[in-house]
Amino acid sequence: MKTNDVILKSVTRVAAVIILTFSIYLFMNGHHHPGGGFIGGLSMSSAIVLLYLSFGVDKVRENIRVDFKKLAAIGVLIAIGTGMAGVIFGKPFLTQTFGYYDLPIFGNTELASALIFDTGVALAVIGTAVNIILSISEDR
Amino acid sequence: MRMNNLLIAPVIIPLLTGMVLIIFQKNIMLQRILSLVALLSTGVIAVLLMNRIKEGGIQSIQLGGWEAPYGISFVGDMFSALLLLATSIVAVGCLIYAFSSIGRKQEKLYFYPLFLFLITGVNGSFLTGDLFNLYVFFELFLVASYVLIALGGTQRQLRESLKYIFTNIIASAFFLIGIAYLYSMTGTLNLAHLSLRIAEIGQDGLITTVALLFLIVFAMKAGLLLFFWLPGSYSVPPTAIAAIFAALLTKVGVYAIFRMFTLIFYHEPQITHLFIGILAAITMILGGLGAIGYWDLRKILTYNVVISVGFIMAGLVSLTTTGIAGSIYYLIHDMLIKGLVFLIGGTIVHLTGTSDLKKISGLIRLHPLLGWMFFIAALSMVGIPPLSGFLGKVFTTQGVFEAGYYWLGGIGLLTSLLILYAMIKLFMNAFWGETILSAEEEKGTTKGLLFPIALLTVASVAMGIGAEAITGYVTQAAEELLNPNLYIKAVFE
Repeated sequence: MKTNDVILKSVTRVAAVIILTFSIYLFMNGHHHPGGGFIGGLSMSSAIVLLYLSFGVDKVRENIRVDFKKLAAIGVLIAIGTGMAGVIFGKPFLTQTFGYYDLPIFGNTELASALIFDTGVALAVIGTAVNIILSISEDR
Repeated sequence: MRMNNLLIAPVIIPLLTGMVLIIFQKNIMLQRILSLVALLSTGVIAVLLMNRIKEGGIQSIQLGGWEAPYGISFVGDMFSALLLLATSIVAVGCLIYAFSSIGRKQEKLYFYPLFLFLITGVNGSFLTGDLFNLYVFFELFLVASYVLIALGGTQRQLRESLKYIFTNIIASAFFLIGIAYLYSMTGTLNLAHLSLRIAEIGQDGLITTVALLFLIVFAMKAGLLLFFWLPGSYSVPPTAIAAIFAALLTKVGVYAIFRMFTLIFYHEPQITHLFIGILAAITMILGGLGAIGYWDLRKILTYNVVISVGFIMAGLVSLTTTGIAGSIYYLIHDMLIKGLVFLIGGTIVHLTGTSDLKKISGLIRLHPLLGWMFFIAALSMVGIPPLSGFLGKVFTTQGVFEAGYYWLGGIGLLTSLLILYAMIKLFMNAFWGETILSAEEEKGTTKGLLFPIALLTVASVAMGIGAEAITGYVTQAAEELLNPNLYIKAVFE
């Protein structure tokens, strides 16, 4: 039986964009305020899962050609790699650093190595969360 | 401050390698080489750590430079370093065994990454200086073991893995509850800080109760009395996986009990340690009965895992340097020897296609090397000098007698006889007698399987004969365990 999912699809088209934007906001907000890589990644994966639910696994797979298992692995590699940077400079593992730079559009901006670490965390979370949903959907 | 990034390496190396292997899932050769390199380098780091601890005392690192107790501490004392080394040796043995036994399908289904994550969790548990992180590392190796135990997906495996998962989830829930209680009472989860605070406020009835809660949790993981899940779970996975489980997983529980009851809850030994002693005695007796009662090869071996857990605990009960040193000897010996006998047992099943001892006979004619290595392992388990089990048994028994627990020492010696009976029964039935299977009738070959077995045999024999070389390390480990101030100082300076 073919289900009528016009409403779900229409809502998803709008909602996915909003959720993705909000997840990026959460992610960038995380350094000094509530938010961060974990929650940002989780909300981003909720958008991706919503796409899967409404448009079907095959359709989304055509458009997002990412192996989420590998994405998770790469995320962890980035996170640990950032931690290792501290070791190279003779500081304890996971030591982070930050500085203020003048960027063309953003003006005087604080850039922290924790951002790279958080990117790794976000990728790991997205990879794992989406992968769990995909594994459940593969009914073997 | 003695900042030492080396401490994080045994956790990072297998984790990083495992992640890289997920990316290169298809390339089996690369997977094999990289995992072997990762485990060997962890072994080298363990040796480096041992020597550094011998010179400079307990090492510690505060992750991210956040001072203890606010940050996350990693602490390496001699006890941890010795266990790290033993873990690496067993892991290398089991990994090489897996190369020629685990099968292409499993190798592609992320066997090597999971194996490395398991080692990450085990190493992390040995090194962390924070109770919550201990929980996280426990979960890490448990999750890896959930997948590994079901790898292959036969009906028996799925049934046992379900039991295994339920048991462990319940234990983990209690672990979390215990952590919450302890945090609400002391306001900290840093092990060194916990030790300090509890020493200040005194270990009252409530804290002792929480201590017993932790004891139940770790007893479930270690198979101390609560071993109902163990014989089933450890007899279903493929040989290499069963061997690494038997060698490592219960030992992490044993390690946690040692850490908690020497560093934190050491103020009321007449309650907590006596209780551990009673559990240990019952465990040894029940395990011994299981080992002599069953005629199934795998069951006999798993019950031997149970016996040794009880015996190792006896040394902790004594709270003397001799007793604890004996426990550490026996713990390391047992990691090597349990990996070894499980590999040999798995090879026998692989050759004959059955684990029923009554259907196996006379293997020694065609497999003399396997037979004699099993014989050495059996004698070592019983504690015949100069093999590796001997010193552990002697020191543990001596320590227990010194502390006045004659009944416990007596039961320990008695169960040695039960082990002797069980292992000789196994040896006589499997290797002696009429050779009923000719070389053509055997279900598999020992090609590629004998080398890892020989490797572990050599390691075990070397540990027995070269006992002098590690005596200094083991004694230092025992002294550090009995002197919590050394641990606290290492974290806070």
